[in-house]
Amino acid sequence: MLNRASTYLYHRPRLALALLLGPPMIYMVVVYLGALFNLLIYSFYYLEEFTGLIVREFTLSTYAQLFEPANLDIFKRTTVMAAAVTVADALIAFPLSYYTAKFASPRMKTWLVIAITIPLWSSYLVRVYAWKLILAQEGILSWFINLLHLDGVLSWLLSFESIGGSSLALSPIGLFIVFVYIWLPYMILPILTSLERVPKSLLEASGDLGAKPLQTFRTVILPLAFPGVVAGSIFTFSLTLGDFIAPIALGNSKFFIGMAVYSYQGTAGNIPLAAAMTMGPIVIMIVYLLIARRLGAFDAL
Amino acid sequence: MSNSPTPAIRFNQVSRYFGDVKAVDQVNLEVRDGEFFSMLGPSGSGKTTCLRMIAGFDRPTSGQIFLYGQDVSSLPPYERDVNTVFQDYALFPHMNVADNIAYGLMVKKVNKSERMRRADEMLELVRLTGFGKRKPSQLSGGQRQRVALARALVNHPKVLLLDEPLGALDLKLRQQMQVELKSIQQRVGITFIFVTHDQEEALTMSDRIAVFNEGKISQVGTPAEIYERPASPFVAGFVGTSNLIGGEVAKRLTGSDKMFSIRPEKIHLGNVNSQPEAGMVSLDGAVRDVVYLGLFTRYLVETEGGIDLMVVEQNLKTTSMDVLSVKGQKVRLFWHKDHINPVGG
Repeated sequence: MLNRASTYLYHRPRLALALLLGPPMIYMVVVYLGALFNLLIYSFYYLEEFTGLIVREFTLSTYAQLFEPANLDIFKRTTVMAAAVTVADALIAFPLSYYTAKFASPRMKTWLVIAITIPLWSSYLVRVYAWKLILAQEGILSWFINLLHLDGVLSWLLSFESIGGSSLALSPIGLFIVFVYIWLPYMILPILTSLERVPKSLLEASGDLGAKPLQTFRTVILPLAFPGVVAGSIFTFSLTLGDFIAPIALGNSKFFIGMAVYSYQGTAGNIPLAAAMTMGPIVIMIVYLLIARRLGAFDAL
Repeated sequence: MSNSPTPAIRFNQVSRYFGDVKAVDQVNLEVRDGEFFSMLGPSGSGKTTCLRMIAGFDRPTSGQIFLYGQDVSSLPPYERDVNTVFQDYALFPHMNVADNIAYGLMVKKVNKSERMRRADEMLELVRLTGFGKRKPSQLSGGQRQRVALARALVNHPKVLLLDEPLGALDLKLRQQMQVELKSIQQRVGITFIFVTHDQEEALTMSDRIAVFNEGKISQVGTPAEIYERPASPFVAGFVGTSNLIGGEVAKRLTGSDKMFSIRPEKIHLGNVNSQPEAGMVSLDGAVRDVVYLGLFTRYLVETEGGIDLMVVEQNLKTTSMDVLSVKGQKVRLFWHKDHINPVGG
């Protein structure tokens, strides 16, 4: 019976393909794209201020609200945060990945990869709250900074309006530290993969032909690992852009896109504005991906 | 030796240990200026480690390596006037062929037009004119191999190292490249050090060969010396095929029970009644197996002392029917005393 089914499908490759791709395609189109499309439609409705009801009429007024200074501020703050987190993660991840991929012994490599992925096994929420304790006014980080007599530097940094706050935990600096920590594995793993695909003989050939280590890094390693950096940056950038749990948990008073969406659709019940707000990160990500493609990041994938 | 020119490469008691493994064990070696020198040996014999130490990818545990008289043992690869053709070619996948070839000039800050001019020159040398704009992935194995050669030659190194560069090519292409490599070497006049495990390759191309075994050099000599006068049972068995004879039989034939080697093609197959001519020795046996190979036939003869000897005869007059009928017959083997080669041990 099974044999006959196999033979039947073997002679009908198109049917076999349809059976394989059908279910995931249906899921993708109906659930995933359907939900996105629904969101897009809602963003063109508006909330009647007086009754608090959603009016199902086409309007661009919800989008106009996005361009109010308060909302523009949110977009700007979130994008800058996402970019800063991405750059910091790339700077931390690259040397670590490079060591793991090219120098660590097989045994060491296993341990490093486990160490990199272990945080992903525990709950994201727990890790954010753990950081809240670390960053708190009486927390271990402040204690350590005091120990190094750098508390003056810290309070100087916190005195800045845009990045400061009453304590590390409540400031954008604190949030930045948490984001960098939380998304780091998503940057390390793609860079590690791309570096592992660079044969050691290429590095030897470069040195053999007269390139000093820094030249080899610039002309061989970086270009070949660049797709990995871009892949990692897509993760860190988009994850920071949409996150609302970390800012809420840390209790930051400054709004980020994810938080804004959360509060508009929740307490305010303004689903059209929340939907329009969501379109923001989507547009930003599309622009980001287009730039990445322009840079040739997908050529080597 | 005193008035001979400085050797291109000299190893002075060079050892390289990996933990307890003696990959290279107290090797002394001289490679002459301008020669095509092969390092031949089975895998794990230390030949590639020696090459990597000349290139600078690896450092000796002890001993020194001299490049034209200069001690380079502790210099990094980019400070040695030596270039390498890698086994897997190691072409940069993100650069086109011309940029690959000009890489060595680029890192030395040679200007772009000069770089491209010399890359074109090199492309012409390896007969790939017009391929400069292609990516390595668009080339065949043989073409990549030429690009790797051109890239390594563009800096005019004092010594060119080749790490089994023909290993990945098919037989026809390999034989063609052997001839071409040799002619390029003669044209550019650079010392070539060629690592291979293929004895035929080493015999075809080299001026001299060093045979490696277990981290030591068993013998250094010209192809003819290595083939005709192997210095040890290992060399006799590794380079070509040899019959090794020792003990009682050796004593009867040579007057000494020391082991000697005799090449299969030096042995003549005769019938049991024929008598040896002057200077020949003879040994009786029975043909146990016959393999007809077209150009020649290989016989396995079990001789009186219980020793199996391989004999190769060209099929000058015989046909496959003739040679196959010999199987099982009693024969008498003859060979000239001059071809008896004592191998020690």
